[in-house]
Amino acid sequence: MTEARLFALQRITAMVLAPMVLIHLAVIVYAVRGGLTAEEILARTGTSALWPLFYLLFVAAAAIHAPIGLRNILREWTGLPPRLVDGLCLVFGLALAGLGIRAVIAISGWTA
Amino acid sequence: MDDTPRDMAPEADPRTETPHDEATIRARVWRGDRRGRFVTYEVPHRENQTVLDVVSEIQRYHEPALAYRFACRVGVCGSCAMTVNGRPRWTCRTHVKRVVENGEITIEPLRNMPPIKDLACDMSGFFDKWHRAGGRFEGTATRHDPPIPVDPASRKRKLADAGIECINCGVCYAACDVVSWTDDYVGPAALNRAWTLVNDERHADRRGTLDKATAQGGCSSCHAQGNCTTHCPIGISPTRSIAGLKRMSLLDLLNRRAP
Amino acid sequence: MRSAPRHHASYVAFVGHRLSGLALAIFLPLHFLALGLALEGRETFDGFLAYADMPFVKAAEWGLVVLLSVHLFFGVRLLALELLPWRRDDDLRTDWIGWGAGGAVAVGLIFLMGAFGFDAG
Repeated sequence: MTEARLFALQRITAMVLAPMVLIHLAVIVYAVRGGLTAEEILARTGTSALWPLFYLLFVAAAAIHAPIGLRNILREWTGLPPRLVDGLCLVFGLALAGLGIRAVIAISGWTA
Repeated sequence: MDDTPRDMAPEADPRTETPHDEATIRARVWRGDRRGRFVTYEVPHRENQTVLDVVSEIQRYHEPALAYRFACRVGVCGSCAMTVNGRPRWTCRTHVKRVVENGEITIEPLRNMPPIKDLACDMSGFFDKWHRAGGRFEGTATRHDPPIPVDPASRKRKLADAGIECINCGVCYAACDVVSWTDDYVGPAALNRAWTLVNDERHADRRGTLDKATAQGGCSSCHAQGNCTTHCPIGISPTRSIAGLKRMSLLDLLNRRAP
Repeated sequence: MRSAPRHHASYVAFVGHRLSGLALAIFLPLHFLALGLALEGRETFDGFLAYADMPFVKAAEWGLVVLLSVHLFFGVRLLALELLPWRRDDDLRTDWIGWGAGGAVAVGLIFLMGAFGFDAG
């Protein structure tokens, strides 16, 4: 994976994430009113296929975007060897993807 | 009658000449290489005085062994760039009264380049990176061909012209934090140069320059902090050039992916 | 040695964008783990969400909302810098920094109003 490709992935996922983050922020400030309950959250995310699909795409984009950003920080602000940094960030990305997909399944009620 | 031309009259010795005001400047100057220390010299505070004047006075009358660089002393060559009170700047274009703090100025060599002695630093790494970013021009014509007509009003030429005045003084490179954090980042001047070449229709290897400028340590390392643009003594914006390279890199990748 | 001064707008935006991104990257796995609690049944999920009623937790949520907004707005400025044409040589779009910070504060305020019971419905 060349530097130019990583950079492009970072920017493309950023463009995908921007509108999704706006929507997510809107959902947050709406949902926080009156307190958070499982029923309220799951009623929104568990009844339509749109929300799980939305969040799956969100997870995929974030699982690419965050590790590439973290890679820059580790390379510039720590003395860790570059290969180790690449490995750590790859593992972090896979962990985010795994935990994220699990979270989407959890709130989608697909296992219910 | 003394008809000695004014500029050939014997120079007044500042150690005996009464200055216009009694104030002095304390100049803390870096002596040594990487290991060294600050030595403080006192020079008279004069009405029209640049930091280069201060350094020259110290070397001529106080410390002959002080090493420093200058050439034109009128703000066109970039040789006198040093760190003054923490900022990289051209010392011949820095008036003392604008930077003096409590009667004191601190003068060091430029950051991000290994000091050779005192205020002179080793710029070879800076120039190596200039090449590594693809800055070397390759022509397509010979002396027997007519000159290639380039429209100065064309979009690409205007983009190139915005960065073409760079004289490689190293101030932007010294100002850049990413250069200080990484070994392989080629830096703003090198990338600005690459940008002028990828927009130059006479350059035979625009592909090669773009590949080098977008490689590891190239334009993707820039985070648009903007220190380069705020410090360039001639108003070039390497941030802008690098943004152009980033855009070109993105479009290039997307185009290449298309069947 | 001291290096180039870092208190100009573009640098502040860099620091804000990087630190907010770092905080979010640390938070994200925890967020996914918390949501995953829904797998263990509604009661377990509700039990966890009860913590969200604590003022301290609401304050932390507010912090995250502001950080996410800052990262979004400062990030969009970077995309603009890189993809939109520059109007001047020094067009670092510093006005976007002010708007972005202001926007993040606004989003945070709306969140606080909802979280602490000033909602309309």
